[in-house]
Amino acid sequence: MLVDELRGIYYILLKDLKAYYFKPPNISWGILFPLVLALAFSLRNPSGLAELAPGLIAMAAVFGTTSMEAIVITFERRTGALERLLLAPISIKSILMGKILGGTVFGFMITGVMTLISVLFFNMKIQSSLWFSLIIALTLLTLSSLGALVAVSVKEVFEAQTLSNYFRFPMIFLCGVFIPVSSMPQPLQVVAYLLPLTYSVEALRSITLGTSSVLNMLMYTMILGLYFLAFSFISNWLMKRSLR
Amino acid sequence: MMDAIALQGLTKNYGSLTAVDHISFNVEEGEVFGFLGPNGAGKTTTIRMLVGLTTPSDGSATVAGYDIIGDIVEVKRRVGVVPEASNLYDELSVWDNLLFTSRLYHVPKDELPGRVRNLLETFKLHERRDTKFGKLSKGLKRRVVIAAALVHNPRIVFMDEPTSGLDVVSAMSLRRLIRDLRMEDITVFLTTHYIEEADQLADRVAIIVEGKIIVVDTPESIKQSFRGEPVLEAHLSRIPDNSMIRELEPAGRVELRGDMVRIEVESLTEAIESLSRMVSQRGIQITDVNTHHPSLEEAFVAVTGVSPELMRIEKEGRR
Repeated sequence: MLVDELRGIYYILLKDLKAYYFKPPNISWGILFPLVLALAFSLRNPSGLAELAPGLIAMAAVFGTTSMEAIVITFERRTGALERLLLAPISIKSILMGKILGGTVFGFMITGVMTLISVLFFNMKIQSSLWFSLIIALTLLTLSSLGALVAVSVKEVFEAQTLSNYFRFPMIFLCGVFIPVSSMPQPLQVVAYLLPLTYSVEALRSITLGTSSVLNMLMYTMILGLYFLAFSFISNWLMKRSLR
Repeated sequence: MMDAIALQGLTKNYGSLTAVDHISFNVEEGEVFGFLGPNGAGKTTTIRMLVGLTTPSDGSATVAGYDIIGDIVEVKRRVGVVPEASNLYDELSVWDNLLFTSRLYHVPKDELPGRVRNLLETFKLHERRDTKFGKLSKGLKRRVVIAAALVHNPRIVFMDEPTSGLDVVSAMSLRRLIRDLRMEDITVFLTTHYIEEADQLADRVAIIVEGKIIVVDTPESIKQSFRGEPVLEAHLSRIPDNSMIRELEPAGRVELRGDMVRIEVESLTEAIESLSRMVSQRGIQITDVNTHHPSLEEAFVAVTGVSPELMRIEKEGRR
């Protein structure tokens, strides 16, 4: 039943937030990380911070969603706790969605702090709160589902960390966080447009610089939505396969 | 009486390895069914198939009347599972773990606190309700895991090595609990490598070896069918030596266990005579003596060729 599945997603999310994400060390990291990031960049280059802010928000989203989530899933698999969820009368899709939402909520907290700093201190202007919220939500869901995909692909916690870095660092350097994609060599541009974060950064930048159009925003929304669905679908398939 | 669990040719292959090989048997409603076998015989794989943690390669099974492939969510709603590992959430309290499990099993909201409180009372966990699961002793963790398996009032409970690694007192209280479940007509599907435990608890027992079912019957019938020689056990006032063994050997197969001589005999009379002769010649006292027929454990050894003691050591070694 759909209601039972939705309830299951909600309770898994609540459990993960309580057991893992909302622990004092994680909350303090979630506040410190964007603060330090903002401070480092404002000291390095005080001018042009408003332009840099969307990239920093995207970077906060990358680390906020993937840092904990991949660990949570692999840790639970290692201790056998994930098996408890698989024993419950709830589908694998819903279990994964609960896990993905855990990463999304934690990422939302870190991204929220970074956005607040950007608005208050970097003079970043959000031209459309609706599009900004939608792009942030889709970015967090997409990155969180990527974290889930990483977690279900490996067995050990340290493997999840290593594999996450294979995605995280290239995304930070190739997706326009620091260097505009258009100024990169052609082959790197191709790689950049294969990565979902490029679309997030471009969308956020156009919203904050006031250059967005409805058509562009619809395109970014659709692309990020497709990435989210693809990552979730593959994670679900891999997890189902592991039960064969 | 309806079958709580029915397996028909259930098979699980992992590549070229057949872990469970076309097994068929039924478990009646309300019985405690012992599922025994050496390590790696296919016990846990069978449970995993029956509760939806892995899909069978061939064959079929129903649990609580529902097909384990087509209706696995319905099966999951009706069964409780006590896995071999105490795998609840270390960071959550006992109360939160039971509350979370109740919610996952769709226990109605208004019944939730009462249900959890009752379980805490039943399992004598009330004082530990706010303790984090990770901080509990092994025995207490096991109790919480069993409580979590019963939170939605299942009619069938799968228990995979429930007393493994527990101290004697915790294991005894768990066995008492299994008897209580039996009194409430709850079907218990129990795997254990403590054969005597199955002997005490199970109405019927299946023995699986290398993925194949060797026998399904009551413990008494299994003991009868594998009945070997009677055994004479005598505790002596002095630790016996090898010369005594040689003297007793004509009476049967002799083993020394500390101050005890154990003789598997064909004729009890002959063995008692030999023993009396030997002790009177040496001026030794017999401090205790008893005779018995082979146990389920001995029948198990006869069927599987595996020593339960060796199984336990292997199992503990893997922890």
